[in-house]
Amino acid sequence: MTELILRRLALGLVTVWMVSVIIFMGIEALPGDACTAFLERDAQGEVLERCREQLGLNQSATQRYLAWATGALQGDLGVSANGNTTIAAEVALRVKNSILLAAGALSVGVPLAIFLGVFTGLWRDKFPDIFFSTGAIFAMTIPEFVAATIITLIFSIWLGLFPAVVLTPADAPPLDFFPEFVPAAIVLTLVMVAHIMRMVRSSVIEVMTSDYIQMAQLKGVPYWQMVFRHALPSALLPAINIVALTIAWLLGGVVVVEVVFNYPGLGRMMIDAISDRDLPVIQAIAILVAATYVGINLLADLLTILLNPRMRTQHLRRK
Amino acid sequence: MSDTPIIDIQNLSIGFTGRSGATLPVLRDVSLSIRAGESIGLVGESGSGKSTLALAAMGFLKGGLRKLSGRVCFRGDDMFARSRDELETIRGGRLGLIPQNSGQALTPTMRIGTQLKEALRLHCLSVPTEQHQEVAHNLLAQVRLPDPNVILQRFPHELSGGQQQRVAIAMALAGEPEALLLDEPTTGLDVTTQAHILQLLNDLAAERNMAMLYVSHDLGVIARSCARVAVMYAGQIVLDGPATEVLRTPSHPYPKGLLASIPRLGDRRLPVALEGRPPPPGGDGEGCAYAPRCPLAEVRCSEAPPHPVPDSLGGIVRCFRAADTLHASMDHGRHEPVHHSPDGQPALSLKDISLSYRSLGLIDRMRGVSEPVPTVDDIDLTIARGETLGLVGESGSGKSTILKAIAGLLPPRAGNICVADEINLPPVVEKRTPEQLRRIQMIFQNPDESLNPRQTIAEIIAQPLRLYDRLDGQALHDRSVALLETVRLSAHYMDRLPSQLSGGEKQRVAVARAFAAEPEIVLCDEVTSALDVSVQAAVLDLLNDLKCSQNTTYVFVSHDLAVVRALSDRVAVLYQGRLCEYGPTEHVYGDVSHPYTDILLGAVLEPDPDTAPKLCAEDVVELSPPALGCPFQRRCPRRLGAICDQQVPPWQEGADGHMIRCHIPREELCIDTQAQTAAE
Repeated sequence: MTELILRRLALGLVTVWMVSVIIFMGIEALPGDACTAFLERDAQGEVLERCREQLGLNQSATQRYLAWATGALQGDLGVSANGNTTIAAEVALRVKNSILLAAGALSVGVPLAIFLGVFTGLWRDKFPDIFFSTGAIFAMTIPEFVAATIITLIFSIWLGLFPAVVLTPADAPPLDFFPEFVPAAIVLTLVMVAHIMRMVRSSVIEVMTSDYIQMAQLKGVPYWQMVFRHALPSALLPAINIVALTIAWLLGGVVVVEVVFNYPGLGRMMIDAISDRDLPVIQAIAILVAATYVGINLLADLLTILLNPRMRTQHLRRK
Repeated sequence: MSDTPIIDIQNLSIGFTGRSGATLPVLRDVSLSIRAGESIGLVGESGSGKSTLALAAMGFLKGGLRKLSGRVCFRGDDMFARSRDELETIRGGRLGLIPQNSGQALTPTMRIGTQLKEALRLHCLSVPTEQHQEVAHNLLAQVRLPDPNVILQRFPHELSGGQQQRVAIAMALAGEPEALLLDEPTTGLDVTTQAHILQLLNDLAAERNMAMLYVSHDLGVIARSCARVAVMYAGQIVLDGPATEVLRTPSHPYPKGLLASIPRLGDRRLPVALEGRPPPPGGDGEGCAYAPRCPLAEVRCSEAPPHPVPDSLGGIVRCFRAADTLHASMDHGRHEPVHHSPDGQPALSLKDISLSYRSLGLIDRMRGVSEPVPTVDDIDLTIARGETLGLVGESGSGKSTILKAIAGLLPPRAGNICVADEINLPPVVEKRTPEQLRRIQMIFQNPDESLNPRQTIAEIIAQPLRLYDRLDGQALHDRSVALLETVRLSAHYMDRLPSQLSGGEKQRVAVARAFAAEPEIVLCDEVTSALDVSVQAAVLDLLNDLKCSQNTTYVFVSHDLAVVRALSDRVAVLYQGRLCEYGPTEHVYGDVSHPYTDILLGAVLEPDPDTAPKLCAEDVVELSPPALGCPFQRRCPRRLGAICDQQVPPWQEGADGHMIRCHIPREELCIDTQAQTAAE
């Protein structure tokens, strides 16, 4: 088992490294650099030269990548091109805010989605299933910004429960965002519940038609006991991976929702950095998001292996 | 008490609503009763409704089915009139089910112990919870599982097929049932395991005076276990009588034809196929359902359905011509298969083949991990042109692995494969030239999986013709039609999809596709295992005819020793990927043989109530072959001692190139000598 974790961890690190190289090359390929972006019209002659020297941009790409990579490994993501704060500190703030939003959406969304998935799966093709499944398709197909507008209309304008946009500064303590972040969390929950619910539903339906459920019925196992002890442990396994993907998606910055609600999370920082051509920041966020995806998927895979007896033996035998 | 039946099914009809809106019956007017201590066999081809009947006895209907009329009583009360609570108490308690495929019927996420204790908690209220662990342990011991404590901790997938089946039996016993329903209890198990499981079930039935209903397509299983047999055809019981009558001199033409279609160990002749196919479920009730296939049918048979009447041998039969059937012979079609004597020209030779599914990765090699013991090792066989080589052995013996290697799907780790004059046949299929590919074709076990469901029969057959012969247009069409005719299918099948064909017809298409390439060697991987016996006979007959007309060489893999006997010129017996014995069929099936061959042959169930299988070896499953000595050392009933563990036995040659690999001298390997040793 330890060997498996180490192997997967090593593979994950390689993935993150490759992502960092690709991003670096992508940014290299763009015309201009941090200095031309920062200096704008003054970007010529001696000023440009001096700026480049200051930021170390006159070195070769390989040297710059190595310097950046050694810094990043030590937690130093460099200095933002147009500010004095370190990128690491700024990103940390935004990560904290993104986690807050994600936690809000997840704590309501995951239990709700699993409950609805099981419920609609067990009542397949009956009225509640048709109602919720249709609703889920709506929630999945409506673009986030439309959903966000509708939620604002209902909760902020008609009901007047929450402010329509977040005005709290990025560095405020988490509690200050309450209740401002609720509409954004609702929009995210809607999209997320729809995806997870449909996945759980089809998995429940598949398990409920399996031989061992028919056998449990013929062994005289009472219905709810059969559902909870025989069906759900298998039916909920695929949910782990989809929940993991959702978490990664939420942490990786939900750009549209953050922009609509003016929420100071990682996604909006990314958008701002792109419009400011703040390349070190883009690079830092991209690496962070990649690492989050890799890390969370690794955790999900390990959890699946731990909880699925078949995969557990398969992997244990392989040592 | 013993006079009132435990399960009493009266005039039961079950059906579903078809696409047209009409009600289509799958069971029609079925009556069957089972008394305490009685064992009844329910036989029939797939789709005859036998499993539906067994599940209906538990008050259970699969999705879409509904009861049309009749009653199913357990101990006098109608199962379909009971509440859910009552059904839950009876099911798994007084009325147990042993499912067809226990591997899929046990909940994969629950340990065996948890599942057994759940059954005890639900149905064994007299035993206090603290004792459940102990009772579960005893149940596993009772079904003769070694190390019950270890098994209790296991998950279902960590057990072998035979062990899973035993656990399912233990689980049914936990509720102390008065009656057991067994839905194909041994289908899918190896012959050796099957014989042991049936023996166990027979012992348990006698011990506990349980009523048993065996559902099986295998007349051999029924012959072993049942005193009474009911034969189902198209949702009706056509004959219900004592086992000796039904399996020897049935008074209905259908079981009579079925018996003739089964290949027998003691009979070299090819079995006779049943003509035609069973009607689709819900076929209308004009006349006798079997009339279209019946050789004895008269005009009245297709005008009105026959009613059940007693026959002269104590059974109840649905046939107007029961008395004539008793004397009619349906065996006359059995004919000797054509066998070619090897003409010395080798078609295929395998030289010291060693195969392994797992190869070491770079990291393993750097860490100095030693090579795993190969799955198949030391295979040295030569097959002459026009000869058929049968490969037999239990599951996991490497039969199919060898076929994969010949086909180029699994490159050998050592040794080489030569086809006729082609000495350097590339080991991987991608590197073979079209001409080399053409010479070797393969027919797979399950035509449902080997035929593309979205291609018409014409497209399926055209593929090899386009690839190897570059045929096109009219020439392609003509050749395709000719090929279909050689497999006895008419040209109007060309536009159909595989799903519109029956199992036997699909397998014929697969045969036609293989022969389209005009191959020299055809690899047959369990080609009849997925088919009903009546259809199997037709496919065997077809393969035999094609072999004669095209002088094809077959490598024929099957777990069914009677089928192999009917078709093969020579047979190789494999255990754990190693050869134990090979030689002419007559000799391998003869008196002098390897102890493993003896066990295999002894475990075959014949559809005759008086022949009992020999049970000599333990039905344990070994995960990997031993690194040293004889591969069969751990299960051999005639193990000599240290020599078997340490030295690979020598090949001993007998008449006509009959080879046995054993330390025991050839003279002592005779079956008679073995009986003597056993007696002492």
